[in-house]
Amino acid sequence: MREITIGQYYMADSPIHRLDPRVKLAGTFAFMLTLLFQKNFPAYVIAVLVLFIVVKMSTVPFKFIVRGLKPIAVIILFSIIVNMLFVPGEPLFKFWLFQITREGIVMAIGLSIRLSLLILGASVMTLTTTPNELTDGIEKAFGGLKRLGVPIHEIAMMMSIALRFIPILTEETDRIMKAQMARGADLDSGNLIQKIKSLIPILVPLFVAAIRRAGDLAMAMEAKCYNGSVGRTKMKPLVYQKRDRFAYAIILVYIAVMIGLAVLAPRLGFGF
Amino acid sequence: MIKIKDLIFLYQKKNDEGQVVHETKAVDGVSMEVHQGEFIAILGHNGSGKSTLAKHINGILYPSDGDVFVKNMNTKEEANIWSIRQSAGMVFQNPDNQIIGTIVEEDVAFGPENLGIPTEEIWKRVDAALKAVRMEAFREKSPNRLSGGQKQRVAIAGVLAMEPDCIILDEPTAMLDPKGRRGVIEAVKSLNKEKGITILLITHYMDEVIDADRIFVMDKGKVAMNDKPEEIFKRVDELKALGLEVPFATELAWQLRKEGVDLPDTILRREELVKALCQLN
Repeated sequence: MREITIGQYYMADSPIHRLDPRVKLAGTFAFMLTLLFQKNFPAYVIAVLVLFIVVKMSTVPFKFIVRGLKPIAVIILFSIIVNMLFVPGEPLFKFWLFQITREGIVMAIGLSIRLSLLILGASVMTLTTTPNELTDGIEKAFGGLKRLGVPIHEIAMMMSIALRFIPILTEETDRIMKAQMARGADLDSGNLIQKIKSLIPILVPLFVAAIRRAGDLAMAMEAKCYNGSVGRTKMKPLVYQKRDRFAYAIILVYIAVMIGLAVLAPRLGFGF
Repeated sequence: MIKIKDLIFLYQKKNDEGQVVHETKAVDGVSMEVHQGEFIAILGHNGSGKSTLAKHINGILYPSDGDVFVKNMNTKEEANIWSIRQSAGMVFQNPDNQIIGTIVEEDVAFGPENLGIPTEEIWKRVDAALKAVRMEAFREKSPNRLSGGQKQRVAIAGVLAMEPDCIILDEPTAMLDPKGRRGVIEAVKSLNKEKGITILLITHYMDEVIDADRIFVMDKGKVAMNDKPEEIFKRVDELKALGLEVPFATELAWQLRKEGVDLPDTILRREELVKALCQLN
């Protein structure tokens, strides 16, 4: 069976794993938001350091974390090239139509650090939080939106059901592909349009089966008295512990430091 | 416990204007009564209306005509529906399509969570339910890694955790291999014997119904037979005419009897057949 895991949870028992998912959500958002406005290297140094400490504490091997960068390597490379070539400023050297400026290089380095940190920050969260905790955390953290008419419980329930059904549907896709191949379907040859066309006999049965499953599941949920979030209790309710409050305090300090740097660093000549 | 009176259910096929173009009576005037603690089996070939009947007891379908009472609550009354679903739990055919949680214990907790049971009580119930179906070793596993029979036992535990008086199983073993089937049926029987839970087992497999207190045979939406297993399986010809099998030992005894061997017509189990054959001279 092909096993697809969203966000690639890394099982371990570390202080980071044990944190309340809401804390991790808040921490990740704080980490990402404060990075977006930074244009100075001291802030990056601090961010890298903090990330390093968090990763060390989480006991997730570094290669897992760095793996998260692979899909966006192309984007990073592209933005480095664009920045180096097109940022105006004091030229370092020229060839043909292009010139590379000092400002361009600084900008490119800054941007690639920032992008990498954003991705790494997000993958630390998904590596240390199970999908279930994550949906629970989202439901609880954004619970206030319910009053604005946002069906947050339903969204969280949909997310967790989707996660539950990903492996089942993957398996089903496999089965349908094999069944169609056994009937002589040619899935691999031809140009792009032909290939897309050959997907139709796979997608149609897959969707039909998925809709049937959804009907069955809805019936099973109703049979177990599911009635939305009203009057529902939890087997594993999210309750803040001492460590969670401590983590919040650290996050607040971090935010303060980053804002301070964003304001002060350019004046002290560290900006770019 | 369960009382069904002249139940009729119509499946209507409508055209684009919403006019009824075709009507099928899936259940046609069924009456039955089930008492607390009974083990009832419902037999019938495909399309005989047995699944439709089962869905009425849990309040998923409402009668077109007639009434269904669970613990004296009419399923037609909106206000009763949650307590009816709590007291008459339902297990479906496809194990994959009824498991909601991504971890076994969380799936078992789904029912009690919906009922608003306090957290500590949920943990107790989940423990007890998983133990009752002997799945406690798998409580932290992902359901995707279980076999069909194990998933079906988890589904039973999920119903059990709601502490129902009655469990309706709609062909729970149809998609399982023989080993998985045995595990599920054993779990169901022990719930009936040890906890006194009323069982309504809908099935195709004759060997699962031998130990039932009563058997209902459905055909074309009607109850064709309603009796004890020994009595039902005396009527081999009638069962065959309804497109049903009989247990293997019964079948063999029936064939032998046709050939002139003097055997009683109440044989259901292999041991009974062996004993009867050994007593021949």
